[in-house]
Amino acid sequence: MNALDKELLEKVADLHEIPIGAYNIRKNGEGIGRSTTANIDIVTKKDKPGLDIIIKPGTKNESVHIPVILSSNDITDVVYNTFEVGEGSDVLIVAGCGIHNPGDSKSQHDGIHEFFVRKGAKMKYVEKHYAQGEGKGKKVLNPKTIIDVEEGGIAELEMIQIKGVDHTDRVTEIRLQKNARLIITERLLTSGSQDADSKIIVELIGEDSTAQIISRSVAQNNSKQRFYFNLVGKNVCRGHVQCDSIIMHDAQVFSTPEISALHQDAQLIHEAAIGRIASNQLIKLMSLGLTEEEAEETILNGFLK
Amino acid sequence: MLEIKDINLNLGSIDKSVNILKDISFNFERKKLYVITGPNGGGKSSLAKVFMGIYKPQKGQILLEGQDITDFNITKRAELGIGYAFQQPPKFKGMSVRKLLGLAARRPIENTELCAILHNVGLCAQDYIDREVDNSLSGGELKRIEIATIMVKKLKIAVFDEPEAGIDLWSFQKLSETFKNLHEKSDTTIIIISHQERILNLADQIIVLADGRIKEVSSKEKIMTEIAASSRDCMYGKDCMKGANRNDECIG
Repeated sequence: MNALDKELLEKVADLHEIPIGAYNIRKNGEGIGRSTTANIDIVTKKDKPGLDIIIKPGTKNESVHIPVILSSNDITDVVYNTFEVGEGSDVLIVAGCGIHNPGDSKSQHDGIHEFFVRKGAKMKYVEKHYAQGEGKGKKVLNPKTIIDVEEGGIAELEMIQIKGVDHTDRVTEIRLQKNARLIITERLLTSGSQDADSKIIVELIGEDSTAQIISRSVAQNNSKQRFYFNLVGKNVCRGHVQCDSIIMHDAQVFSTPEISALHQDAQLIHEAAIGRIASNQLIKLMSLGLTEEEAEETILNGFLK
Repeated sequence: MLEIKDINLNLGSIDKSVNILKDISFNFERKKLYVITGPNGGGKSSLAKVFMGIYKPQKGQILLEGQDITDFNITKRAELGIGYAFQQPPKFKGMSVRKLLGLAARRPIENTELCAILHNVGLCAQDYIDREVDNSLSGGELKRIEIATIMVKKLKIAVFDEPEAGIDLWSFQKLSETFKNLHEKSDTTIIIISHQERILNLADQIIVLADGRIKEVSSKEKIMTEIAASSRDCMYGKDCMKGANRNDECIG
């Protein structure tokens, strides 16, 4: 791995060195490093590009890193990964894709991640997207995430796209069984002429399942963002979507909320707000000695934290 | 210390502007505590915002230690040592109390110091340092954190806009002691906009601002006597000047 690869890895997986625990690093469509542990196995799929990540039941406090880096242009990388999170386990899974596109043609990564969070298991899934490169080549990331959470399981997702991705079309589909719990934190920043679509559909199938989605985004310059959220309550359940966007310059933000109750005891809430940075926030920070630019940056950093 | 000369402020649109401050002049001296009081809409908060540079007066001059700061922006005035605690503080999603106070102090603050600062505004640091300054805080909690952002700075001029608003009586007692301490132990010139007797009692001088003008500048003794007299003389009746012919509903 060269310095650029390391930089991309740090941005998408907070990795400074080769990670401890299980990992698989994919670069320009090929695996360049893999490690498994006694409890976590990583197997290359035979029928299509991608991996099966198998976490044994009862595995506690272990992590899996599966970052993808693209450092050449004119490449379309497609992966299909399946995660089996065994009963009663408690693990951290860090995925994410870093693109450095040096040229003028497109770099694209399409990833389909499918998770089975078994009975009583707890999974934290972190997915970061980052792209850089001065060429005109578009940097495109299209992730699809499908999660089934079985009885009493917990899935916590952090989906972050902060910089450099020209186009993203993100689809997240989740199904929650009895007593299953879902927490999604989404952070998105677009600038220039970037555009980003995010679609999250959560089916609350089992009794007493709960879902909480907190989505925050900042749209700058001429960028466009489209959000679509749908909570489908099919049982006694609770769901809450909180969606906030800060709009700046000539950006456009479209937020489409949908909550669908198919059971009389489904409690579903959707809150959505789009607005510019409040002037009294800027004034307050300037009155503490920050310049207007510093104040703006501080507000955005806090908002996207 | 802070001198204002012939300040005139108009707010609103060009065709419908309102004259908020009318030829106000005053010299605030170093290390003194001033309370500005007076009826709602009298121009108190607007004057505070003129000090901080949030409102630009159409006419007049502002001098800090003899330096003309009339054209200085908010940031520059903050750097020179002017601070302003908002009447209605803004909220910041994702910003912790620790981060906000660190920004105010312009340096990272150790836990022990944070503890002392929050204690002075009647908050327990353990409960608050990692809380976010957002909707999860009540109006009173937000207000106390706002006051702390001023207390944590070393200031030449500290302006507090109705610090009592939204704060319960018990906490307010603690807060007025904090103002008293700041007054006794620092060289800061303190300007508090307030209607609270406990705060009026701390003042070296009380400025009554009404209808955009300084109506009266006097000692707290005189003002307190007047307040006492006005409540003693109140007849709660039909013959009260303020409620002439309008008090029927009030007294039933």
